[in-house]
Amino acid sequence: MTAPSAGSGPVPAAAATREWWGTEEVCVRYGDKLALDHVTFRAVPGRVSAVVGGDGAGRTTLLRCLAGALAVSSGRVRLPPPLRIGYLSSGSGTYPDLSVAENLAFRAAAYRLPPAVARERSGEFLERAGLSGARDRLAGQLSGGMRQKLGVIAAMLHQPDLLVLDEPTTGVDPVSRADLWWLIARAAASGAAVVLATSYLDEAERALDVLALDAGRALASGTPEEIIAAMPGTLRVSDAPPEGEARRRAWRRGGRWRIWDPPGPPSGTAGAGEDAGGAAGGIAGAATPVRPDLQDAVTVAILARELAGSGGPEGGGPR
Amino acid sequence: MWAMIVKEFRQLRRDRRTLAMMIVMPVILLIVFGYAASFDVKTIPTVAAGPQGPAVAESLGQPFDVVATAPDEGKAWAEMQLRDNTKGAAVAVVAGNGPTEVLIDGSQLFTARTAVAALTAKVAKAAAQGATAPAAKPGVTVLYNPGLTTADIMIPGLCGVILVFIGTIITSLGVVRERQTGTLEQLAVMPLRPRDVFLGKIVPYFVVACVDLAIVLAIGVAVFGVPFRGSYAVFGLGALLFLFVTLGLGVLISSVSENQGQAIQLSVMVMLPQVLLSGLIFPLTSIAVGVRWISYILPLTYFNEISRGVMLRAEPIGPLWQPFVFLALLGLIVFTLASLRFRSFLAPAAPRRGHGRAPAGEPQPAAAPVGQETGAGVGAGIGAGTGTGAGASTGTGASTGTGAGAGTGAGAAVPAAADPAGPPGTAGPSDHGGPGNAGSGR
Repeated sequence: MTAPSAGSGPVPAAAATREWWGTEEVCVRYGDKLALDHVTFRAVPGRVSAVVGGDGAGRTTLLRCLAGALAVSSGRVRLPPPLRIGYLSSGSGTYPDLSVAENLAFRAAAYRLPPAVARERSGEFLERAGLSGARDRLAGQLSGGMRQKLGVIAAMLHQPDLLVLDEPTTGVDPVSRADLWWLIARAAASGAAVVLATSYLDEAERALDVLALDAGRALASGTPEEIIAAMPGTLRVSDAPPEGEARRRAWRRGGRWRIWDPPGPPSGTAGAGEDAGGAAGGIAGAATPVRPDLQDAVTVAILARELAGSGGPEGGGPR
Repeated sequence: MWAMIVKEFRQLRRDRRTLAMMIVMPVILLIVFGYAASFDVKTIPTVAAGPQGPAVAESLGQPFDVVATAPDEGKAWAEMQLRDNTKGAAVAVVAGNGPTEVLIDGSQLFTARTAVAALTAKVAKAAAQGATAPAAKPGVTVLYNPGLTTADIMIPGLCGVILVFIGTIITSLGVVRERQTGTLEQLAVMPLRPRDVFLGKIVPYFVVACVDLAIVLAIGVAVFGVPFRGSYAVFGLGALLFLFVTLGLGVLISSVSENQGQAIQLSVMVMLPQVLLSGLIFPLTSIAVGVRWISYILPLTYFNEISRGVMLRAEPIGPLWQPFVFLALLGLIVFTLASLRFRSFLAPAAPRRGHGRAPAGEPQPAAAPVGQETGAGVGAGIGAGTGTGAGASTGTGASTGTGAGAGTGAGAAVPAAADPAGPPGTAGPSDHGGPGNAGSGR
């Protein structure tokens, strides 16, 4: 895999030898629906990566590929052997009719963990996740958050090289979410490449790398800062929705409206010069510029793609 | 595999209802088939009409039991008695006015048959007595089941029904349950071989089925006095073969079902013909030829032959080679289908290997020592190429060089960050930066 002379330009040796798991130009087809469209994604040991996107964006499909549960239609997948992957499928993947301890015992045995190690590790994780009192309760009787924690513990019990978590924090209260993040950080600290899917972009900001998917395509990727920095154009915030053409580039967030102005020809002329010039200009005047966060950047990326697709103002928006 | 078996046993223990069903059901079946579902008709309720009716009816003797008489009534009354079934009568005798008539209620099939047989015998006897001396009575000897008791015939067959019940119906629930609880995918990615999962799924039911079989046999012999004349080993071998067929059927049904409801439907569809057409209730020879071929693809047909042969007739394995061979054949077919189906059940999508379209000049598998898939070199090339080409995010670019020997943090950011950072940053031209290079970089 060290091919320093291949390709053009200087290839850093570190990058070439660095271990990573992930997909490369992967397509997944369900019937005639393209669920993943040339998606390249890498998870690096010791780092937490988040895969974000709306419903049907392809997050679960990508994670299933990474867990080895789904074969790709084309492209490449680079994964550790099954014994070294930990996976939390959507839903907790635990047996409702087994107790917490039995669930973990089964997982440990399946991953060939010595019983003593399994006991010690699950004891520690359960303790930290606030589940030690629930050891003998059936998983089916646990609350949603507790079950998710159990699922994550079960997935990371064997200290996998690649830990794939499909929406570990969905429907989980803030306290349990903090417990979950402790577990996730713990897994990364012990050297696992952690990939998690989430629909909460504020949560994705805690990850070191983010991949945003939309309709099966990679919309943006990089560190949260990079994604934010790479957002084209500018963002304004306003108390009222804009009118005219700008309405298509605005969305509600909290109690206020965000308006995105694409780069290129100053948006003011585009807005003012066209049909509803006066009204749009008035609102635009009231809006104040705002620093985008990850949620804004991803929304803009989706918006830009939509506008580009519908023959909107910008032809060459972010891919 | 052991992990799987332990897990299944634990789940079985928790599933009280299924467990109860597996213990109670054989006992209920035993009672139903042993006591209640008897085809032996011992008494036939009879009514008599007409002046001579009561006398004629009484003269019939056993098994006819006169329950009502009406010397003043005629045939119409007798028919009404049968139609309305008021006294449970199945036979009516009308005598006195005109020729003596016997009416039999054909809707009570087994009773009617017995009545016809008894009447024929009595008429023949009367004729014989009338014509010649009693010397003409033939000597009749019934072999293997001298009492012609139903239990002796039914209980060996019942062993098979119970094995079908547990092997097919209960097992079919076990596998599809994984799909319903959402644990199937988890199971699929675990480092378990399909064989381990397969065995883990059937071993608990195999054990329970064996226990049930022993219980039924013990009760059958001890309570119902069913003889066990043949070899336990031959019987055991037959039961083993048969159990493999039914367990295989259970797994097969389970792995083609989407939910437990479907699994139950399918397994009932598999079980019902076996109960009806295997010779358990109706003799194979009385099944219409057009349907009889179905009997010969049902495993219970062969197990019935084996169990009745061994238990009642003490048949050795030699003459039973046919059912044994057919059972083995069926087992082979079912098990092959089940394990094939089970593999795809565990791996919902196509096999992991062989799908990656190797880019030109890239030797395909050659698997890296740890990885499941090759292509690492290619990946690194893309990452670096894009990073330098796009010139985006210099911060990461810089850390690339220095982070050579560093820990996971700095250098690691390169492939993940630099690779896609280009495109979003520099909109138009580098649009084909990331993925495009993958194709053209080689």
